[in-house]
Amino acid sequence: MNATVTRPWAMIRKTKSYKEILRALWQANPISKQILGICSALAVTVQLKTAIVMSVALTLVVAFSNLAVSSIRHAIPRNIRIIVEVAVIATLVILADELLKAFMYDISKQLSVFVGLIITNCIVLGRAEGFALSNPPFRSFMDGIANGIGYSSVLIGVAFFRELLGSGKLLGFQIIPDLFYDMGYVNNGLMVLAPGAFIIIGLFVWLEHTLLKGK
Amino acid sequence: MENLISIALNSIFVGNILLAYFLGMCSFLAISKNMKTSAGLGLAVIFVLTITAPANWLIYNLLLAPGALTWAGFPNVDLSFLKLVLFIATIAAIVQGLEMVIDRFSPALYAALGVFLPLITVNCAILGGSLFMVERSYTFSETVVYGMGSGAGWALAIISMSAIQKKLRYADVPRGLQGFAINMITTGLIAIGFMLFAGISL
Repeated sequence: MNATVTRPWAMIRKTKSYKEILRALWQANPISKQILGICSALAVTVQLKTAIVMSVALTLVVAFSNLAVSSIRHAIPRNIRIIVEVAVIATLVILADELLKAFMYDISKQLSVFVGLIITNCIVLGRAEGFALSNPPFRSFMDGIANGIGYSSVLIGVAFFRELLGSGKLLGFQIIPDLFYDMGYVNNGLMVLAPGAFIIIGLFVWLEHTLLKGK
Repeated sequence: MENLISIALNSIFVGNILLAYFLGMCSFLAISKNMKTSAGLGLAVIFVLTITAPANWLIYNLLLAPGALTWAGFPNVDLSFLKLVLFIATIAAIVQGLEMVIDRFSPALYAALGVFLPLITVNCAILGGSLFMVERSYTFSETVVYGMGSGAGWALAIISMSAIQKKLRYADVPRGLQGFAINMITTGLIAIGFMLFAGISL
């Protein structure tokens, strides 16, 4: 029997893509680094739903911009590479923005300007510049997906706590039972406001530092 | 006039572009260690926002908005989807141009701002200012006030942050909380402080 069929995971683990994904997701994924890219997107973490849509949009933009930049990497003159990268990213972001407007109008209203601000997101340009320019298309695409997921995990994590503590709901469904409210439980209004996001991120990083001292 | 004052107050305090909309965090966290450089960067942001927001208003309302091309004989054309690309291009061009003009005519100002101008092109606060201007459909004079106000709000936030960080050096912060984590929490507390202005109404 072929080894690929009997033990697919062992084979996958040996591939370069797998190692890259592992690196992007685990070894090189401190929350504090993701935040630098997340900055503007924190505004959409009041609700889990908008955060998920934003994460999907960003992951696709990173993945496809990596793919596109990597495919044309030999044709880009060194001096104007940043302009080319920004043009590719801007095109993809416009596509994402228009698709959201066409198929999820309500959510695109809530996301307002923040989809457009993916253009200035440090992660997208950073991956195009730092990875896609020197690696083949498929691996760049996987690197984009992995970085997008790493970013999404932080964004969705923040949104989870903000929606749960701020309005007692998740994805719009009530999670905290009415009984609690009758007994005097009150939603934490701070979580709905902007300072809540800053404080949650601070606590996340604290937790990470404490848990992963050796990392 | 009252309208303009209320836009200015709102963009500086309650609707602060950094503390309420999280725009421009990258440079905020990277630069805020030093009071002098934060003041320089703050000034540069005020300067650039005051110029780019009205410039982008003109571009949007004369070229891109639905029906804006009526003067050229195309009343049904809607190019507003191009705003992202065009805004970024305008900002990059204006920043580059400003850098050259300042270098030529005011070496002293260039020495103070020069280093920060290239950084600003990729600052989300600048693009965000232009995009908010479109979304809230401000008029031209409102856009000028809004650009200046949000720049001032950003500068105020980064300067107070650097002042607090200076004092924080003497504080006994728990190990795991040191560095990035305490900075985020401090920013959260500053944001709460700025929200107190929400009570002011004109």
